[in-house]
Amino acid sequence: MISLRAVTKTFGGGASYALREVSFDVAAQTFVAVVGDSGSGKTTLLKTINRLIEPDAGEVFIAGEPARASPAHSLRRHIGYVFQGIGLFPHMSIAENIGITPRLIGWPEPVIRARVEELIDLVSLPRDFLTRLPAELSGGQRQRVGIARALAARPGILLMDEPFGALDPVTRDALGAEYRRLHETMRLTTVMVTHDILEAVLLADRIVVMRQGRIVADGEPHSLLVGHPDPAVSMLMDMPRRQAARVRALLEERAS
Amino acid sequence: MNSRLHAALRVLPQYLSQHVLLSAAALALGIAVSLPLLIAARHSARVRWPVLAAASLIQTVPSIALLALFYPLLLGLSALTQRLFGWSFAALGFLPSLLALTLYSILPILRNGITAILNLDPAIMQAASGVGMTSRQRLLRVELPLAAPMLMAGVRTSAVWVIGTATLATPVGQTSLGNYIFTGLQMEDWIWVVFGCGVAVALALVTDQLLALIELGLARRRPALAWLGVCVLLAGVAMAALPLRAGERGGYVVGAKNFAEQYILASLIAQRIRATGHPVTERSGLGSSLAFQALVANELDVYVDYSGTLWNDVLRRNSAPSRAEMLRELARTLRHRYGVTLLGSLGYENAYVLAMRPGEAKALGVHSIADLARVAPRLRLGGDLEFFARPAWRDLVRRYGLHFRTLRQFEPTFMYQALMSREVDVISAFSSDGRIAADHLVVLKDPLHVIPPYDAVILLAPRRAHDPVLRAALAPLVGAIPIALMRRANYMVDRPHAKRSPRQAARWLAHAIHLQ
Repeated sequence: MISLRAVTKTFGGGASYALREVSFDVAAQTFVAVVGDSGSGKTTLLKTINRLIEPDAGEVFIAGEPARASPAHSLRRHIGYVFQGIGLFPHMSIAENIGITPRLIGWPEPVIRARVEELIDLVSLPRDFLTRLPAELSGGQRQRVGIARALAARPGILLMDEPFGALDPVTRDALGAEYRRLHETMRLTTVMVTHDILEAVLLADRIVVMRQGRIVADGEPHSLLVGHPDPAVSMLMDMPRRQAARVRALLEERAS
Repeated sequence: MNSRLHAALRVLPQYLSQHVLLSAAALALGIAVSLPLLIAARHSARVRWPVLAAASLIQTVPSIALLALFYPLLLGLSALTQRLFGWSFAALGFLPSLLALTLYSILPILRNGITAILNLDPAIMQAASGVGMTSRQRLLRVELPLAAPMLMAGVRTSAVWVIGTATLATPVGQTSLGNYIFTGLQMEDWIWVVFGCGVAVALALVTDQLLALIELGLARRRPALAWLGVCVLLAGVAMAALPLRAGERGGYVVGAKNFAEQYILASLIAQRIRATGHPVTERSGLGSSLAFQALVANELDVYVDYSGTLWNDVLRRNSAPSRAEMLRELARTLRHRYGVTLLGSLGYENAYVLAMRPGEAKALGVHSIADLARVAPRLRLGGDLEFFARPAWRDLVRRYGLHFRTLRQFEPTFMYQALMSREVDVISAFSSDGRIAADHLVVLKDPLHVIPPYDAVILLAPRRAHDPVLRAALAPLVGAIPIALMRRANYMVDRPHAKRSPRQAARWLAHAIHLQ
């Protein structure tokens, strides 16, 4: 569904690399999590897919077609994009925010209206929110709207950049699980950038670990959890287990 | 006092409507120019920097100079289009005022708009791209709507500036609320000055509040409020356009410079022409050299100037021939070089003279400028705004060896007050000024005849050179006004108490010289 071929991106006129000849394929309907330190290139990787960043070398293919074949804005109308900043338009109602991409494409108004109502139900928000402005919603509610907006034009691909990063842990956990269900029922292909290994392990079918603009590990969560030849990767992937062990130890200490 | 207020109210519809139309047109044009600049400059530092720098630079040019500079510029342009396409336009009045005010209105709109767009939340801009907007859609659906309230704040600032500065359109021949202020200053009529300022302030406040209503509507996303503001503003402009259509247009245009004698003579000329049944428009308060240029360009039909002024400023000559010789030479050269007709002298001079308080002149034994040169190093001289730039002053210094302790410049009105309140000891007075007799000032003799003659002369525009109506109406004025009567007429308008309007003084003068 998504293919990157030797994609390279430098910043500062070639002074530093964000991506070094990265090749990467995502099969349809998989959920890929991209993890790594800040500055490892994971956000750059994500943004080359919907051309928010243009690579210096290499090629990106979407469903077999070069991403450069069509204008960037029309490509983006068919790829959903959710990010930590959410970026709801403050001067538009929730309904207008959700319906923006279908409206840009030129769907008939009644179809847009029906789609917006369907989506607000899908992200479990009450319908009377539709007439409100973004400022009247909580952070978690706003990110639900952000997801609904990304899904509005029935994209096959959803790109997520730290989508739940700014939310409180309870909301974050619930919203993550809900999104995973949407991913299944809508048969989406999802690429999610996160710095939270546990979130990656629990939600994704496949985890890609990046370091200094390169992919250093790529596999199913289970296979990465049981061990990796790269000590840094295995240290990173071991994190959830070590945390769980410390929690268990704490509980047993009290019980005894 | 009440009669002055009454007179002020009578011309209010004309002044106010002209002021509103000028300000509205300048603001609308300013917005129309600023928006494309804003759109081009918002994401490009390379465009933004020069555009903002140019707008800031314009703002630093003193407004009255900016207004005045547009006149010669347009005049040249008009001559050029006349030569190239056989088509010319009026370089005086509305157009130079409109262009200068438009330039003034740009900066606040541009600066606020750019600041607003640059400060938009980057997350929102990223989302706009992410949902698939083209850059045009992003501009129209996200950037402009979000920048609108701050942009409106810029429009408000502009509007207040434009309405205030539009009062300075009077000296370039555009009627505005400035007519109250300039006329009032010249004639020491503080009621008119205060009235003009008050109306301008009220107009600025009302406009500002209506624009604030639009800003509020945009900020609170309540379109009804914004539309209410727009409709009331448009209704105001539409009402201003009504008196214009009903007003007197066409006919003869009589010009006047910016002092009482000129207002009176323009009024006298206008009364003479009206008596023949032809419509007349008066254009008062023109800058000194602007009046002659406007006459040459046929934008004025007739006005009164002074031989010495024309001799120095138009012919650029420094010699001082006799009165008769100067008039003959002027008539010949003006006709030959500009097509302007010197119809004749009114019969009196309004020359520069040096004048002192009587007590001091007597105590110091000063009767002539030659006497003055002896004591001048101890004295302070006050001149009007032009005096020290005139050849006459240079010649006085050279021929008499005049050296004063200090030199100060004044509006003519304040100059007489400065003399009487002993802030200065000698002033450059005008020989036809009524205040000379009223204050019993001593006029110093000029034994070397350094100061050129300043005969008041009637000038006709090239297109009126052979106009029988104008010639018939104005011929009786030639040689008809003795200096004593002109002084009295001037004093009626200039004096601090029991003031008369220039119109009333003109009627008195017509009666006094048996023309009515």
